[in-house]
Amino acid sequence: MSLITPEFGLIFWMVIIFGAVFFVLAKFGFPIITKMVDERNEHISSSLRAADEAQKKLDAMAQEQARMVEETRLEQSRILKEASEAREQIISQAKEDASAEAAKILEHAKAEIAVERESAIRDIRKQVALISVEVAEKIVRKDLDKSDGQISMIDRMVDEASKAQLN
Amino acid sequence: MKKWLLILTCLLLPLAAGAQEDDIDMEAYLFGHIADSYEWHICTINEKEIAIPLPCIIIENGVHVFTLHNMAEHGYSMNADGKIINASTGERPFWDISITKNVCGLMIDSILLVVLILLCARWYRKHDVLKETPTGIAALLEPVIVMIQDDVIKDAVGPEYKKYTPYLLTAFFFILINNLMGIIPIFPGGANITGNIAVTLVLALFTFFMVNLFGNKHYYKDIFWPEVPLFLKAIPVMPVIEIIGMFTKPFSLMIRLFANILAGHIMILSTIAVVFLTAKLGAVLNGSLTVVAVLFGIFLDCLELLVAFIQAYVFTMLSSVFIGLAHQTPEKH
Repeated sequence: MSLITPEFGLIFWMVIIFGAVFFVLAKFGFPIITKMVDERNEHISSSLRAADEAQKKLDAMAQEQARMVEETRLEQSRILKEASEAREQIISQAKEDASAEAAKILEHAKAEIAVERESAIRDIRKQVALISVEVAEKIVRKDLDKSDGQISMIDRMVDEASKAQLN
Repeated sequence: MKKWLLILTCLLLPLAAGAQEDDIDMEAYLFGHIADSYEWHICTINEKEIAIPLPCIIIENGVHVFTLHNMAEHGYSMNADGKIINASTGERPFWDISITKNVCGLMIDSILLVVLILLCARWYRKHDVLKETPTGIAALLEPVIVMIQDDVIKDAVGPEYKKYTPYLLTAFFFILINNLMGIIPIFPGGANITGNIAVTLVLALFTFFMVNLFGNKHYYKDIFWPEVPLFLKAIPVMPVIEIIGMFTKPFSLMIRLFANILAGHIMILSTIAVVFLTAKLGAVLNGSLTVVAVLFGIFLDCLELLVAFIQAYVFTMLSSVFIGLAHQTPEKH
């Protein structure tokens, strides 16, 4: 039957028609479409890559920020700690200085007092000696007969003199 | 399939007359629909044939252009197979390049395909793909094009797929549109184009040339001097087998598409024929079988839609695989 014998006329036309369709579509049809689709796919994948990178950068920045906040917090507490330490130190230093100064002043005062007393005592001794000499002179010059009365008088006079000298 | 109209007309007129007529000539009925012809028969009403006349072109001692009606004036007649022969010598003229029903169908379908694809390409020219999603015809065709390109061509052909994409896509859409138009029963469709061996032969030949003209060195070395023991090459057993293989591949493509589409047409035509074959069995039987035939016809139509796509897909996929085989690089041992 003619079913399985290819007809020449049909082959002829088919070659021409399919050839023409192929030519037109291969030149003006499919390459444009596939090129555009590829372009869009490329664009989509590059956009996805860019978005991914941006996300990564954002993550890195957030991390950096968190790190900086943490650092600042540590710095702050360190500064606070240092400040309180410095305060303690200054206060104790001041206390020490003050007590040392006080002790020094006391020492100084004591020394001065001691010196004063020394010189006062020396003075008194000298006065006592002088007074004694005077008293002795007076006694010698006046009556030296009543011994009891004279001695008590001498005592009394010495006392008076030393008292007067001390005051 | 195109029989829907015919069923209607035939159901209306000859229910009574049909009973007196002889059996329907099934061969004439089937071949009238699946074979090529010199006019595009649409229907028969009251014994009057309504058909679109198509130009017959014969080149034999000059160009003869005529229609079937004035065939005799140009000295031609028709043989038993329905082909034009020279009336005086009784021989078939070699250069019979008539615009037959299939050629006419091919032209219509091709114009339709070219318009569709160019409209789609135009959309991409006019719009910025980076800013807009496809609309209209581009939205319809793009997923199919992308599917064929990414799932079939890219995988089967390999790294050089870009060069072959236009051919393979053209083949796919060409077969698909002709398959689909073949399912439509009336005029612009209904021609049994991809179920004609001449058409599938040309398609297979295109694939054959695509495979063999651009095959690489390795491909030809594998054919003429494959890596087999020497005695298989000295007496060229393997080269002969390989050379036969070069032809059997496109041959299988040709037969597969042809047989599948032809079988689909015959199945549907036969189902519809049930309506007429049972006409003389009485109204009840005829009526109930008509319902069955119509329902089964609907089922077969749906099946043929599927087959139309699958056969175009398979043709494209196998062509891609054959092209891919011709571009393999030798494995390093």
